[in-house]
Amino acid sequence: MSSRRATRSRGIPLLLVAPIAGAGALLGVPLVALIARAPWGELARELSSPEVLTALRLSLVCSLSATALSTLLGVPLAWLLARVDFPGRRLLRALVMLPMILPPVVGGVALLLAFGRRGLLGAWLDRAFDVQLPFTLAGAVLAETFVALPFLVIAAEAGFRQVDARLEQAAATLGATRLRVFARVTLPLAAPALAAGAALCWARALGEFGATITFAGNLPGRTQTLPLAVYIALETHPEAAFAMSLVLLGVAIALLVALRENWMGR
Amino acid sequence: MTPRLRLAAGLALALALGSGARAEHPKPVLVFAAASLTESFRALGEAFARAHAPARAEFSFAGSPALVAQIESGAPADVIATADAATLARLEESGALADAPAVFARNRLEIAVERGNPKGVKGLADLAREDLVVILCAETVPAGRYAREALKAAGVAVEPKSLEENVKAVLNKVALGEADAGIVYTTDVRSAAGRVAGVAIPDAQNTIASYPIALVKRAGAQPGARAFLDFALSAQGQAVLARFGFLPP
Repeated sequence: MSSRRATRSRGIPLLLVAPIAGAGALLGVPLVALIARAPWGELARELSSPEVLTALRLSLVCSLSATALSTLLGVPLAWLLARVDFPGRRLLRALVMLPMILPPVVGGVALLLAFGRRGLLGAWLDRAFDVQLPFTLAGAVLAETFVALPFLVIAAEAGFRQVDARLEQAAATLGATRLRVFARVTLPLAAPALAAGAALCWARALGEFGATITFAGNLPGRTQTLPLAVYIALETHPEAAFAMSLVLLGVAIALLVALRENWMGR
Repeated sequence: MTPRLRLAAGLALALALGSGARAEHPKPVLVFAAASLTESFRALGEAFARAHAPARAEFSFAGSPALVAQIESGAPADVIATADAATLARLEESGALADAPAVFARNRLEIAVERGNPKGVKGLADLAREDLVVILCAETVPAGRYAREALKAAGVAVEPKSLEENVKAVLNKVALGEADAGIVYTTDVRSAAGRVAGVAIPDAQNTIASYPIALVKRAGAQPGARAFLDFALSAQGQAVLARFGFLPP
């Protein structure tokens, strides 16, 4: 504690009490309301209905696939951003971060225009390989990856930056190839950050709604993930929507706790 | 006066002036309307504002069950118009409506296909073809239920690729070319003129949608709400709706 530059203030200045309480209420009350309103007595029954189980299973498949795809595509990109000095690096980083602040529904529209049957690339995919992404599970994975990838890249880039380059140089002077240095030195040292990035990426993919419903549509068992099922159920069967929301909230809280212990708490 | 006090006084004055200025223009009537009413109700709102100035209407368009769910959660709607009676009945039963709903328009179903109908869709029977990407509304939405009634009447089994949340989403995905066909309302095809083509569904298979409108019971309701409802049912309002392809009630 003593090493921290900012000293902790002893009381809360009076002027700040109201905005702090307001922020606490804004963030906290909706969560409390969700927990209070949840159909606790019928939770097991609501969550074991075929519709919910289908959405749950699909959500797991899609979000885990999106995380795997993000890792595959994102780790090399993060390494590039962290380690290679090239013109346009800042521009590329900004581009990578764009889906984080872009409204997801806009992302969905952009994906349609890119990978839809009449899209820039999609028309070619359709003609050359008879591949159509909208309304498919692959489309849902793609939408989730588009939105979640930046979370992995940013965490991984920070992880690579933390790795002491002298350790890599030492390994190289001892005769290790570049690939071996990366696999045996860089990657293990950056692993905690990569794991945290993957966890955040997975959480974002799990919660994805706007890009998915816009690009992949909404079909139970194919593209109707949990958030979509919550949205549809809210209109006609709110108890199921509350129960599913509770599951998503629980996952989010568990993830934050896990990340805090493994990574942020240090 | 300290600078801070002066600022506060200035803000208070601005607020007072602001609300004073607004008093001459009554708050708009907030109308919740089914997605299929998007274009027609905007036009109806303009005609209403011309006929009943300074009263005016503002709209929130969404799938009918979404509107009902919002009102159940306390959304400040003055008037609600849905695409079927069953959805609105939920509000009537819970006592959220000020009076019994009145049907103000009817609508027919139509198949929306891509411009020029490149896949040669001729009727509902074609929607069972495996080379077609067909999308429908979810069964929670009136258009989805009507579409299933029509398919049942035609004896056609369809495997939709997506169950969209409102009828405009179906229309737009057909317009974008992502889906080959979708079942929407005649009025949707007409308002999307040029972006999609329509394939008529014969009367024997078609389902006629009835649109009810009602006042929402709430404190501080707008006096203009009743006027808007009456306007929708008046000859002038009916003329606007007819222009968009709606059938009289």
